[in-house]
Amino acid sequence: MAEVLDAVVRLVVIVAVFLVLPLVVGQTEHKVMAHMQARLGPMYAGGFHGWAQLIADGVKFAQKEDVIPAAADRRVFAIAPGVALVPYLVVLAVIPVGPGLIGADIDAGLFFVLAVLGVGVLGSIMAGWSSGNKYSVLGGMRSAAQLMSYELPLVLAASSVAMAAGTLSLPGIVEAWQWWWLPWQAIGGVVFFLAGLAELRRPPFDMPIAESELIMGPMTEYTGMRFALFMLAEYAGIVVLSALTAVLFLGGWHGPLLPGPVWMLIKVFALAFVVIWLRVSYPRLREDQLQKLAWIGLVPLALVQLALTGVVTLLVA
Amino acid sequence: MTEHEPRERIVGIGTGVKELATEDMVLNIGPQHPSTHGVLRLRLTLDGERISSAEPIIGYMHRGAEKLFEVRDYRQIIVLANRHDWLSAFANELGVVIAVERMLGMETPVRAVWARTLLAELNRVLSHLMFLGSYPLELGAITPVFYAFRERETLQAVMEEISGGRMHYMFNRVGGLKEDLPAGWLSRTAQAVADVRRRLPDIENLLLGNDIFLARTRGIGVLDRDTIMQYGVSGPIARASGVDFDLRRDEPYLAYGELPVKVATRTAGDCHARFQVLFEQVKISLDLADACLERLRELPPGPINQRLPKVLKVPEGHTYAWTESPLGVNGYYLVSRGEKTPWRLKLRSASFNNIQVLREMLPGHLVADMIAILGSMFFVVGDIDK
Repeated sequence: MAEVLDAVVRLVVIVAVFLVLPLVVGQTEHKVMAHMQARLGPMYAGGFHGWAQLIADGVKFAQKEDVIPAAADRRVFAIAPGVALVPYLVVLAVIPVGPGLIGADIDAGLFFVLAVLGVGVLGSIMAGWSSGNKYSVLGGMRSAAQLMSYELPLVLAASSVAMAAGTLSLPGIVEAWQWWWLPWQAIGGVVFFLAGLAELRRPPFDMPIAESELIMGPMTEYTGMRFALFMLAEYAGIVVLSALTAVLFLGGWHGPLLPGPVWMLIKVFALAFVVIWLRVSYPRLREDQLQKLAWIGLVPLALVQLALTGVVTLLVA
Repeated sequence: MTEHEPRERIVGIGTGVKELATEDMVLNIGPQHPSTHGVLRLRLTLDGERISSAEPIIGYMHRGAEKLFEVRDYRQIIVLANRHDWLSAFANELGVVIAVERMLGMETPVRAVWARTLLAELNRVLSHLMFLGSYPLELGAITPVFYAFRERETLQAVMEEISGGRMHYMFNRVGGLKEDLPAGWLSRTAQAVADVRRRLPDIENLLLGNDIFLARTRGIGVLDRDTIMQYGVSGPIARASGVDFDLRRDEPYLAYGELPVKVATRTAGDCHARFQVLFEQVKISLDLADACLERLRELPPGPINQRLPKVLKVPEGHTYAWTESPLGVNGYYLVSRGEKTPWRLKLRSASFNNIQVLREMLPGHLVADMIAILGSMFFVVGDIDK
C-alpha cells in the first residue's frame, strides 16, 4: 500500500510540475522578451502584470474548433502533438531534483533520457508529413535533417559527463559532481546546451518552424488544443533541457546555503532565461548552416571534451 | 498522365541524389504569406529546398490608380497618388504636385519648398525604418522591429501633429502645403530627429555585427550592375550594387540643390549591402532634416501656399516629373488636354521595376535565402500593383 501511495504521490507531483513549470517559463518569456524589446507585454489578464495570460490563452485554445484538413492523414495528424509532448513528461520523471527526490531512479538514466528525447522530434516529423501541406512537409524535412545533425554532439557531450562520473545514473552523476567540473566540463556543457536548443527548435535554430518562411512549419495546419499541445511541448522542452543541463553540467542540487531543490530551480530558470535571451537577440540560422555548425563545430568540440575528460579521469585515478 | 516506364534503380553505397527518384515541387509563396508584405505571389519550382525557377505573379492589389487619375481633378488625384506606396505617402504626393506645378508654371513659396524637403526626408526615414525592422524579422530576429517602431512612433508624432494623418498625410497641395507649420513644431521635430539619431545604434548594434545575420545576408542574392541597368532597378537596391545614382543629387528638385546630399553606395550588391545602404540613408536623411530645420528657422515669415482658382485647369501639354522616393525612382508622366482632369497620368513606381528582377535573382538559392532576398528588395505591394 505504501509503495502504491508513494508512486501515486510522485506521479502527481511530476504531472503538476510538468503542467506548471512550462507555463511559468512561458509567462517569463512573455515578460522578459517584452522588457528587452521596449514594451510591457501582457498587462491585463489576471490583473497583476498579466499573470494569467497563458491561462487565458489556454482557455482560448480549448474553445477553438479542432480542424483537420481534408488532405491530412487523420490518424497520424491527430496523434502527432501527443508524440511531441509525452516524451518530455517521461524525461521529467527521471530527473533528480534533490538527494532522493526523483520520480523514478533508473540505473541507465542518462541513456534513457537521451533515447526518449529523440522521440519528441518524431512528433514534428509526423505532423509535417501528415498535414497534407507543402510548407509542413518542408518543415518536417528540416526537423528530420536537424535531428541528424544535433543528436551526435548531444550524445557525445552527455557521455563525457558520464565518463567523468563513472555512471549513467543521473542522481549518481550529480552526487559525483565537484565544483571544478564546471571549468572541466564547460565545453561539453555549451555543446550540450546548443545541441539541445536545436532539438527544441528554439531560435536561433527554429528553421523547421520559421514563421517568415514556412508559416509555422509542421504546425501550420494545427489549431485549438492540438496546437496548444505543441506549444506546451516547446516550453516543456525548455524546462527539460534546462533541467538536464543543470543536472549534467551545473551540479544539479549542489549549492551553498539554500536547500537542494531550490538550487535546482534557480539553475533551471537561469538556463531558461538564457534560452529566452537567445530568442530575443539572434536571427535564425539557415538549415545548411546548422549542419555546418554541428559537423565542423559542435562534434569536434564534443570530441575534444571527451578526450579531455578521458585524460583528466586517468590522471586523477 | 505520361507513361512512366518503371525503371530499375540500383541504390547502393555512394549513390548520389541524381539516381534517386526526385520530383520538383511547385510552391506558391503567397498571395497570403507572412513575408510578402501583402499580396505578392511567387510561384517557385523547388528541387528539395533549392529554387529552380521563380515567377513573381503580381496584380492581386491592382486598383487601377492610373485610370482613376483620369476622372479626378488635380486636387483629388493627390489623395489617390499618395497611397500606392503606403509607407511613403508624402513622397508620392510630391511627384504629382511637382508635375502639376511645372505645367502651370507655378512658383512655390520658398517656405513651402523647404518644408516639403523636410517632410520628404522625414517620410524617407519612416519608410526605411519600417524595412529596418521588418527585414530582421524575416530573418528570425524579432527584436529590431520593436526598436524600429519606437523610432517610427517618435517621428509619426510630429507628422501627425502637422497633418493629422499617420500614413496618408495629404499635406501637399498644388502650389505649396495645406497649412502653415504649427508654432513650436520645428523645435519638437528637431527633438524627435535627435532622439531617433541617438537611439538608432540600438538596431545597428543588434544586427550589423551579428555572425548569424552576416551568414544569412553576405553573398546572398547578389545583383550585378548590368542586371540593374536592364531591369531599371533604382533606389537603395541599385545603390547597394554600386549604381551611384540619386535624383536628389543628380537632378535636384525641391531644395535639394542647396543641400549637401550624400549618396550612400556599396559595391557588394548582396542582401547585407542593401541593408547597410538603408541604414546609412536613414542617417543621411536625418542630417538633411536637420539642415532643413535650420533653414526653416532662418526664413522670414511668408506664405506657404498659393491661392488657387476654383476650377484648376492645367494647360495643354505634357511633362515627366521624377523624384527619389524612399524605395527608388518614382516617375509621373502627366499629359493634359487643358481640362480639369489629366488626360493621362502614367505612374512609374519604384517597386514595380525592382521586383521584376526577382526572376533572375532567386533561382539557385534556398527557400530560406529566398526570404532573405525578398525582404532585402524593400518593396510595397501597393507600389507594385498600383
